Amino acid sequence: MIYFDQAATSLLKPPSVAAAVARAIETFGNPSRGAYAASLTANRTVYETRVLLARLFNCACPQQVAFAANATMAINTALKGIVSAGDHVVTTALEHNSVLRPLYELCQSRNCSLTVLSVEESLQKGLPSLVAAVRDNTKAFVCTHASNVTGDLVDIRAAGAICHRHGLYFVLDAAQTAGVFPIDMEEDRIDIVCFTGHKSLFGPQGTGGLCVREGLSVAPLITGGTGSQTFSQEAPAVMPEHLEAGTINAHGIAGLKAGLQYIEQLGLPELRCRQQRLMRRFYEGVAALPQISIYGDFSQGERAAVVSLNIGEYDSGQVSDALSEEFGICTRAGGHCAPLLHKALGTMQQGAVRFSFSHFNTEAEVDAAVCAVKSLAMQ
Amino acid sequence: MRAKKWQLIITFAATTAAMAFEAAAKTQGLPGRLIPVPTVIQAGCGLAFCLEPAARAAAQQLLEEQELAAEGIYEIWL
Repeated sequence: MIYFDQAATSLLKPPSVAAAVARAIETFGNPSRGAYAASLTANRTVYETRVLLARLFNCACPQQVAFAANATMAINTALKGIVSAGDHVVTTALEHNSVLRPLYELCQSRNCSLTVLSVEESLQKGLPSLVAAVRDNTKAFVCTHASNVTGDLVDIRAAGAICHRHGLYFVLDAAQTAGVFPIDMEEDRIDIVCFTGHKSLFGPQGTGGLCVREGLSVAPLITGGTGSQTFSQEAPAVMPEHLEAGTINAHGIAGLKAGLQYIEQLGLPELRCRQQRLMRRFYEGVAALPQISIYGDFSQGERAAVVSLNIGEYDSGQVSDALSEEFGICTRAGGHCAPLLHKALGTMQQGAVRFSFSHFNTEAEVDAAVCAVKSLAMQ
Repeated sequence: MRAKKWQLIITFAATTAAMAFEAAAKTQGLPGRLIPVPTVIQAGCGLAFCLEPAARAAAQQLLEEQELAAEGIYEIWL
């Protein structure tokens, strides 16, 4: 099997991740629910993972890192926790449904209004269209750091500066870039970073969370037991327990910790460089083939390691299936939960075949994929 | 039951702050350990940090250095 679906989940992980999860299952008590060794071991691991995440995103302190089941839950928590009735929110046409659906829901349930920057506007350096979209009642700008379909990056440094200047909250969906591209909550002036653990942070599925700027109050999405303040009728006001009702996924978080340690060891530049090299090799191998359409801007030096393509008018699902059945190559077909981007690309019906790369992939695997695409394109 | 000792107890508004204090105390070589919050201080659940009373000044300094807010600092028989 050749795995090119890193953007969906990192099937290829450092061995230390699975080992950490297995060890956790055998040794962890419930974190935050006891002062005996097994509970404290779990709690210490969870805390150490917060420390690693705070360092990764330059978050003010580990207490501002709240865990969630995935990026979707984190984004829902962030948006529903800061957007009030009648607020206006700006987003981009690059977004995943994890951002769009909560926003559509807020428009319905809280009478909010929404401005969606076009694909071109969203990818413009300096984001001048964001400035133009700001209204008196604009509360927040929420965007993905990179399109999960094309790999194109949003200028988040500019977004943060604009949001800061206009008094908007800046919520970043880092699902596609955390652990690969630098994300600095201070420098980039990000109010909330939402991340998933199971993609480029190499953690298990079921891990993720949000880093919240100190001083920003986010209303909790769910409430319940936190292992503290039992007789209070409300969720604790302090982070991270404010946003963490119920037993958190400590077993998964142990794996996430191992993934984060691996990333610290290798360093973001090294990881990024290896991914980019493989992505470029694949792109150069297929770009000139007949019948191939490739989506996104490959003239930029920095982009997420994703190449989405179509072969003629073929159904992207059929192509992905042929890659899997005939060549053992794993890709993601269809709409990638990014409806507005596919609408803009004109690929709503056909979808696209996405190849997304990990530094664990090899040049030989990339070359095999190029040959496979070539073979299908020639049929 | 074991004999009671005069102890310094630090409580926190959140369990994570208690974990942060424990990590910092370990780094600084400040002896102590996490215990369930004594019910004489607060009914319910949660974690507190327990030290020798002589460590009060060092503990307070550590709280300041780490910018951790203690919910309360108590000396009790425990």
